[in-house]
Amino acid sequence: MKKPAPRESSKSFKIDSPESLQLFKKSIVAGESATGKEVVICCGSGCMSSGSEHVREAFVSESKQQGLEDEVTIKRSGCRGLCVRGPIVVVDPDDIFYQYVTKEDVPEIISETLLENRVVEKLLDEDPATGKKYLHEDDIPFYKKQKRVVLKNCGRIDPTSIEDYIKVDGFQAVAKVVSRMTPEEVIEDIKLSGLRGRGGAGFPTGIKWETAGNAPGEEKYIICNGDEGDPGAFMDRSVMEGDPFSVLEGMMIAGYAVGASRGIIYVRAEYPLAVHHLSTAIAQCADLGLLGRDVMGSGFDFEIKIVKGAGAFVCGEETALIASVEGRSGQPRPKPPFPAIQGLWGKPTIINNVETLVNVSRIMLNGAEWYSKIGTETNKGTKIFSLVGTVRNVGLVEVEMGTTLREIIYDVGGGIPGGKRFKAVQTGGPSGGCIPEELLDLPVEYETLANVGSIMGSGGMLVMDESTCIVNIARYFLDFAQHESCGQCVPCRLGTKQMFKILKDITKGEGNPQDINTLFYLAEAVKAGSICGLGMTVPNPVLSTIKYFRDEYREHIHEKRCRALVCRSLISYHIKEYKCKACLKCLQACPVDAIIGAKWQVHEIDQTKCVKCGTCMEVCPSRFSAVECVSGQVIED
Amino acid sequence: MLDRRLNKILSVFEGEKGDLISILQRVQEEFGFLPEDALAAIAEFLKLPPSQVFSVATFYDYFHLTRRGDHLICVCQGTACHVRGARDILEMAEKTLGIKSGQTTPDFKYSLDRLACVGSCALAPVVLVGDDVHSKMTMKKLKDVLTTNRDNKESETG
Ligand SMILES: Cc1cc2nc3c(=O)[nH]c(=O)nc-3n(C[C@H](O)[C@H](O)[C@H](O)COP(=O)(O)O)c2cc1C
Ligand code: SF4
Repeated sequence: MKKPAPRESSKSFKIDSPESLQLFKKSIVAGESATGKEVVICCGSGCMSSGSEHVREAFVSESKQQGLEDEVTIKRSGCRGLCVRGPIVVVDPDDIFYQYVTKEDVPEIISETLLENRVVEKLLDEDPATGKKYLHEDDIPFYKKQKRVVLKNCGRIDPTSIEDYIKVDGFQAVAKVVSRMTPEEVIEDIKLSGLRGRGGAGFPTGIKWETAGNAPGEEKYIICNGDEGDPGAFMDRSVMEGDPFSVLEGMMIAGYAVGASRGIIYVRAEYPLAVHHLSTAIAQCADLGLLGRDVMGSGFDFEIKIVKGAGAFVCGEETALIASVEGRSGQPRPKPPFPAIQGLWGKPTIINNVETLVNVSRIMLNGAEWYSKIGTETNKGTKIFSLVGTVRNVGLVEVEMGTTLREIIYDVGGGIPGGKRFKAVQTGGPSGGCIPEELLDLPVEYETLANVGSIMGSGGMLVMDESTCIVNIARYFLDFAQHESCGQCVPCRLGTKQMFKILKDITKGEGNPQDINTLFYLAEAVKAGSICGLGMTVPNPVLSTIKYFRDEYREHIHEKRCRALVCRSLISYHIKEYKCKACLKCLQACPVDAIIGAKWQVHEIDQTKCVKCGTCMEVCPSRFSAVECVSGQVIED
Repeated sequence: MLDRRLNKILSVFEGEKGDLISILQRVQEEFGFLPEDALAAIAEFLKLPPSQVFSVATFYDYFHLTRRGDHLICVCQGTACHVRGARDILEMAEKTLGIKSGQTTPDFKYSLDRLACVGSCALAPVVLVGDDVHSKMTMKKLKDVLTTNRDNKESETG
């Protein structure tokens, strides 16, 4: 395998001016393998858990065996988004997109595609309806409606190679900024672009920067918020893992604009790969003189260090995050003063989300005007969502602001699998709400989502079909909230606990008719009596589900019925006598020996022993389908 | 023993208050949990009241004050896993191991934990055994994973 440019040479070499950056870029391009043959293996978290590392090892050893190591570059990349079809491998220069690749497929890809320029058909994506096969990423419906601005490099470059990043115009934005613009001009451009914070609240980034820029004091900080607490979201993780240099570049630009010389990246402790890639990136930048004193000969000094979080959702809130960086418990404080005036160690501090900062790099590279043409009137640019739940194409998607929920779920996401019906989509995680089918044509914007009782949030998007119980979902988020409340504000600490308890009772069939009103009352109290965004928003999942799915609450409370067959206390499993072939499968699999029967003797479930785990249903051969699950109805055995 | 290992960790730090969390992280990496003596020593090193060190150590989920098992089993409870039955999986794991989430078996072989989102949502529900991601878990697969893990470990040690 050939590396684009030998790293040894960069040791002595420093990028000390915009010109030397151009020279360096030229030398990388000149040093590329002449064939341009490249195998790019996705090593994002999704593909990794599907075994992409084994695939990569197979490519390395197989290409050696076939004597190709000098002709073919084999590299890892970050997440390509289509996690459900992983491991994903792209073969260049023809940009052929292979999915579900196993290590057994590797010899064939090498002998066919790399040596003979032939396509391995069975690894291509296929339209289930027409049988049409797609050769390139851009043809695949999942990618067609997306607009990849932030994720532009994710899945294309090797996140551990600064050369790879420089090759795709890396650091051109910061070169332009420090050599040709004043800090005021940068802030003006960010304002013009219309960029709003992607951490959830959508606050205009330019205004935040201006405040910090004008705040008195020599010492200022830039903090990149990579805490990503939403338990169904992995956008920031994928960006930090797959394109760490863009994050650093955004921070450098922010530092220059507000006059800060220190940057901190706060990353969740659960993201070791992100920490690893970011530290590698920081070290490579320092090596080349891109971080440190006098960046590109401009007189601007900037350094970045990483601080690891310690597992508290509330630390994503900016003042709690600051407390955590200062070595204290992550408890938020009332605002104002805002961190832009009084932040870390009492100094003016900009806290921006990972995605916001990558947007900054793109804006300064391509211009504010280019950016302001993407999106809608008040919501510029794109937004990344982690599309999860019961949707065909689970993965990471980036769409233009203003795209409708329906387009995201059906065109990009491929709709609901298994012939089931759509029920709701939850956006914004623990702070967001559930949106019903009637509102699917809503364009995705900060305001439109807030108007229907949800929020944009940081980008979690959970699709639910009819087999999801809405009350159970509300209970899930409240369980999360009561666990994560930092405990300072009584309404938040105790209110969420009570709300959780009520929801738990309802799902156990112990709800009473007053419960819905009590939930409303508590939700209002928690919202009003909390000092931080956590308390102010965590009632949303409950309020929105009551608003749109009150019937389901009623069924649980009055009829003791869960129509989705999820709430265990309200369901029971039965074996249909006339269908049971006495095959013993369920009988052996039941973890609590609740199934009575024998060979030639139809099986039956002892309801007093059954723990309703559903194992019997899982193992009953589909040709028999003798096990059924019911709720709220009497069964004649 | 504790002193030497601890001092080695502390020697890299300058004793600034902001270092507390990083020190705790390093100590936990070294010992697998935060021994009480270590907390007292850290308080002294940073010139902080021990109560503050304890308060931080107990605030964050990442830290553990008791010894953990040799094998960590984590059941993801992220949203994607939740809608695909992660709660049942966790309960089953609790039953099979005979401990609640957050606890450790008396023989210190296993600790069971829940965690939020490992980014493998496409393969939900997932269970982590050490660093290995086991995807698309079902009750049956879980039983297999837990029992084979047990057997392997037992045959390795026995
Ligand atoms: C409870 C809570 C959790 C939050 N979690 C995150 C997070 O994980 N990541 C993030 O970027 N912002 C999070 N925020 C928002 C931050 O407080 C802050 O507004 C954001 O980082 C600012 O960056 P932006 O202007 O680029 O959006 C959270 C807010 C609250 C109230
Ligand atoms: S609202 Fe909740 S999380 Fe926020 S400061 Fe108050 S108690 Fe803590």
